[in-house]
Amino acid sequence: MKASASGFRWGKHAQLLVPLLSILLIMVFNLFRDPSFFSVYMSTNNLGNPVLAGNLISILNGASELAIIAMGMTLVTAACGGQDISVGALATIAGSVFVKILRAGEITMGAIAVAFLCCCVVAMLFGAFNGTLVSVFKIQPMIATLVLFTCGRSIAYWINGGATPTISSPLITAIGSFIPGCPIPTPILIVAAVALILSLIFRFTTLGLYTQTVGINQRAARLNGINPTLIKLASFLVLGVCCAAAGCISVSRLSLINHETMLLEIEMDAILAVAIGGNALGGGKFKITGSVLGAYAIQALTTTLYAMKVPSTDVKAYKAIVIILIVVASSPVVKQAAARLWTKIKARVPAKKEAAA
Amino acid sequence: MKKFARLFVALMMVCIMTIGVAAAEITVGIVNNPPSESGYREANVKDFEAVFSAENGYAAKTAYSLKNDEQLSAAQQFITDGVDYLLISAAETTGWDAVLASAQENGIPVFLFDRMIDCDESLYEAAVVSDMANQGKLAVEWLIAQNLEAYNIIHIQGAMGSDAQIGRTNPLVEQVNAAENWKIVMQQTATWDEATAKQIVESVINSKEAFNIIYAENDGMAKGAVAALDENGITHGVGKDVIVMGFDCNRWALRELLAGNWNYDGQCSPFQAAVIAEMIQKLEAGEALNLESKKIISEEKGFDATTITQADIDTYGLGE
Repeated sequence: MKASASGFRWGKHAQLLVPLLSILLIMVFNLFRDPSFFSVYMSTNNLGNPVLAGNLISILNGASELAIIAMGMTLVTAACGGQDISVGALATIAGSVFVKILRAGEITMGAIAVAFLCCCVVAMLFGAFNGTLVSVFKIQPMIATLVLFTCGRSIAYWINGGATPTISSPLITAIGSFIPGCPIPTPILIVAAVALILSLIFRFTTLGLYTQTVGINQRAARLNGINPTLIKLASFLVLGVCCAAAGCISVSRLSLINHETMLLEIEMDAILAVAIGGNALGGGKFKITGSVLGAYAIQALTTTLYAMKVPSTDVKAYKAIVIILIVVASSPVVKQAAARLWTKIKARVPAKKEAAA
Repeated sequence: MKKFARLFVALMMVCIMTIGVAAAEITVGIVNNPPSESGYREANVKDFEAVFSAENGYAAKTAYSLKNDEQLSAAQQFITDGVDYLLISAAETTGWDAVLASAQENGIPVFLFDRMIDCDESLYEAAVVSDMANQGKLAVEWLIAQNLEAYNIIHIQGAMGSDAQIGRTNPLVEQVNAAENWKIVMQQTATWDEATAKQIVESVINSKEAFNIIYAENDGMAKGAVAALDENGITHGVGKDVIVMGFDCNRWALRELLAGNWNYDGQCSPFQAAVIAEMIQKLEAGEALNLESKKIISEEKGFDATTITQADIDTYGLGE
C-alpha cells in the first residue's frame, strides 16, 4: 500500500467528493431541521396537468440555468485557465434574440426551433468574440470577457427595443415549466439533454483530452500537434451554446425578459460551481459532473435559506459563511491534511486488528 | 455684383430667421439615467422627450449616464453652453453642490426630478419626486379595505436599502405589527429578480404553510410569484385563492389586472415633465413659483382589478 501523503488515492471519481459532501451536509442539516423538507408529492398545476412538487424538485428545477452554464464554464476554465464573467450578459442577449424572433410572428414549434437556432448562432458569435480575444490575442479571460460583461445587458436592451417585452404561449410555458402529461419540470429535462450531448461529445471525440492537455501545458500540447487556439475557441463556442440554452429556459420560465435582472450575477455562481466541483481554476484536469453537482449544492443552499426564513438582510451573509466552509474544505491544504489523517487511520486500524488477533 | 447682393440679402434673412427661432425656443439641459436602466426610466425619458420637444417650443439637450461623474461633467457642459434651464435626475445623491452653485451663479434655474440631491434647498427651484412610502400606504389601505378574515402574506422585497423597497415595505410591516389578524408568512428579498421571487414562493408552497396574499414590491417579482402559483395549482386573482399585488404599472401587468389574474397594482409615476414644464412657463412669464414646499410629490394611484379600464392601461401603463 502506498501511504505517502501525496500518494493518497482519491480514485477516479474522488474529485466529486467535495461537491457530494457539500450536498450531503446541506441535506443532513435539513433532515435535522425539518424532515418534511424532503417531501416530494404529486399535485395539479393550473393547466390541469399532474406535476411533481417539493423542495427537492425546486432545487433541481431552480438550478437548471446555473447547471448548464457551469458545464460550459468548466470547459473554458479547463482550456484557458481563466473564467468567462460575461455569461449572464450573454445568456440575456441570447434570451432577447429568442424573444425578438418569437414576437415577430405566431409562436409554433417551428418558430421556437428557428428562434433557438438563431439565438445559438448569436451566442456562438459572441462566444467567438470572447474566444478570439483569449486565444488569439492572449488576453486574460476575465479581462477579455469584461467587455461583454459591461455592455452585454445594454445590447440585450437594444435588441429588446424596450424594457420588459413579454411572450405568452402554451408552448413557451411548456418549455419553462411543464410539458402536459410529463410531471417532471422541463428545465430539468433540458439539463439532462445538454449533459447527455456533452458526454457523447467527450466519449466520441478527443475534445475532452485535448482541452485538458491545453490547460495543463500549452506548449507541450502544441508540440504534440494540438492547436491550443482552436481548442480554446471551441470551449468558448460550447459555452456560448450553453448560455443560449440557459437564456431560453430563463425567458420561458417567466414568459418575460428583463435585461436588468435576468440571470444577474450568475457568472459568480457558475465560477463557484466549477470551484466546488473540484476543478482547478487554473486550468487542466476537469470533471463536468463536479460542476453540475456544485450548481445543485449552491441551489440547495439557497432553497434551504428560504425554507429557514432567514431575514432578507442576512441571506448573503449566511450564504457566504457556508461557501467559505465549502471552499476551505476543498482547499489543497485541508485535502492534504485529510489525506495524512486517512493514511494514519488506515495504518492504525490493521495494526489494532493484528494486536486483537 | 447684383448676384452678390442677392446672396447677401438671402444670407441675412437666414440669419434673422435662425435668431428669431432661437429667441422663441427655450433651451433645457436634461441630465438623466439611460433609458436602458429600467422600464421606469424608459417611460421617464420618453415623457421628457415628448414634453420638451421642438413642437412645444423647447430645444432639449440630453445626457444619459448611470455614473455620477459623467452626469456632473454633462451638467457643467450644459451650464457652459448657456442653457436656460437645467433638469437633473442624479445617479447619486451627493457631490452636486459645486455644479448647482455654478448654475446659480450663471442664473440658470435648476429642477430636480425623480431623485433628490443632498444639498441646500436654495440651490434648486423645485424637485418633482415620487413618494415611495405613499405608494406603500396606498397599497396597504387597499388591502385593509378588502376586509379579509385573515391576512397571511408573502412579502417579496426589492433590493434591500433602495428607496422603493423601504417605502413599500414599511407601511406593510407597520400594519402587520398593529393588526392581530395580519401575519407575514414569508418576508424575503428577491432583489427585483423575477426568477428569485418564484423560488421564494415555491419554498412557502413546499412548506405547506397557508397564505392568501402576495405583496410583491414590483411587477416583475409579482409575475415570478404567479408563475410559482400556476405550477402548483393555486388560483390567483379576483375572487380566487390568492390576492396578487404588484407595483410600477407596467402595461403587461395592468393587462393581468384587467383579465382578473392579479388584484392590485400601485403606480410609480415617471411622468414629471409636465409639472416641470408648467413651472418653467411660469418663470418665463415672469411669475414667481410660490411653492409651499420645494419638494413636489407626483400624484400616484393604485389600480384595483375590479375597477381598472382599458383607458387606464393606455394612460398609465409603462412600456409596451
